[in-house]
Amino acid sequence: MQDGRRSFVQWMLGGGFTASILSFIYPAIRFLDPPKTTEAAVNEVPAGKTTDLKPNAAKIVKFGSAPVLLLRLSETEWKAHSAVCTHLNCTVQYDDVKRLIWCACHNGYYDLNGQVVSGPPPKPLKEFVVNIRGEEVIISRQA
Amino acid sequence: MPAAKPSAPDSRWIDERIGIDSIRSLLAHKTVPVHSATIWYYFGGITLFLFLIQVVTGILLMLYYRPTTTEAYESIQFIMTKVQFGWLIRSVHSWSANLMILAAFIHMFSVVFLHAYRKPRELTWLSGIALLGLALTFGFSGYLLPWNKISYFATKVGTDMASWVPLIGPGLARVLRGGEDVGGATLTRFFALHVAVLPGLTTLLLLVHLALVQKHGISAPPWLEPSKVRSMPFFPNFLLRELMAWYGALAVLGCLAAIFPWELGEKADPFASAPAGIRPEWYFLAPFYTLKLIPSHVLMLDGELIGILGFTLLALWWVTLPFWAVDREGATRVRWVTGAGVFLIAYLSVFSILGYIR
Repeated sequence: MQDGRRSFVQWMLGGGFTASILSFIYPAIRFLDPPKTTEAAVNEVPAGKTTDLKPNAAKIVKFGSAPVLLLRLSETEWKAHSAVCTHLNCTVQYDDVKRLIWCACHNGYYDLNGQVVSGPPPKPLKEFVVNIRGEEVIISRQA
Repeated sequence: MPAAKPSAPDSRWIDERIGIDSIRSLLAHKTVPVHSATIWYYFGGITLFLFLIQVVTGILLMLYYRPTTTEAYESIQFIMTKVQFGWLIRSVHSWSANLMILAAFIHMFSVVFLHAYRKPRELTWLSGIALLGLALTFGFSGYLLPWNKISYFATKVGTDMASWVPLIGPGLARVLRGGEDVGGATLTRFFALHVAVLPGLTTLLLLVHLALVQKHGISAPPWLEPSKVRSMPFFPNFLLRELMAWYGALAVLGCLAAIFPWELGEKADPFASAPAGIRPEWYFLAPFYTLKLIPSHVLMLDGELIGILGFTLLALWWVTLPFWAVDREGATRVRWVTGAGVFLIAYLSVFSILGYIR
């Protein structure tokens, strides 16, 4: 009976102590997790004038908080892909000699449709839609 | 062994309060084995010395450094161009960080080849490996602080690798970055880690490591007959030699920092492509090159996952060395361990060289 009471009191004190410590640790751990930003979704961005980019050239365009690679393949052919390498998150660039998209971090290559050609990237680059309105280049998400 | 000298009359007051005689007697009984490989014993102390240089120069840099994306790069530019000897202090900080990691690696491999991890020094080995892990984390977190192009992409890759850790990966990467991508929040987190969390943890662990070294003494290699091992007193014989080694390390550090000042590079631009020839610091080159070689998919698994699992297994194998180095009869597998050390050095050197030149 005595032992049972003692054990009960020990459990209560131990449990209470543990719970009180956890109640201090839990907010600290949650504090480390950054709040999810509620940025308005961007569906379309202007990417400058057609004359800004020569054929067989590319540039990085801000699409909200993400970089997009805009490619001008010829006078009339335009492409846009996410510029974030699907391997380890580096920003890709256009290799105008090989006519491929290249990630300098781990030597990954994609073709002009964003498909993996060689190297470690596991997935193709996400494609965006390019529209020409007059002289202005518009990049938008795929439907 | 001569007995410790009695306290001088003027030191009696201090001795009554802190017991300086016990420290003196401890030092009088501490010895260091003397044999053909004694020179390797100096590298632990050299690592400690370079850590102290890091602390002093780090505190000085903190007086001017500002951890925001708009000011970090500019504040280091200011340190290097306007502050008196700022270029030197920053260069010494960067060079001593690299030399400290090199000295720690030499110290670790000397422990392996002299088989100093053996019973009862398993915890000394584990605390040493943890200190090396902290040193590498110091390097990784400090690399981002100048907010230049190379460090920006190195951090993107490093934190993205964390996201491939099974189950907790994405959450871990978010906590490390302070958001979905590397940015201002990452910089402030890495700064806090670099100047507060890591120094605190390192100091604690360093005290544990040194206390264990003090408790078990310095190990002699197993091929020497214990009764025939010569020794020298730690104080003053070994300590004076160690101080000479520190002075030599300081000379090397001063020459490197003055002749080859550490470059700052170009300011990071989150909307620029990763530059050609990008590579991490030399001590991350081997895993960097390994990641280049792993194909995108191996047996239905993603290449990145294979990389993370491979590095984790390699690290576990190395960390548990004192436990698999002993056979059932309790004898040390000297050849196995030496072979493992040679294998790891070969992997690290060959892959680091390939990572540098390709």
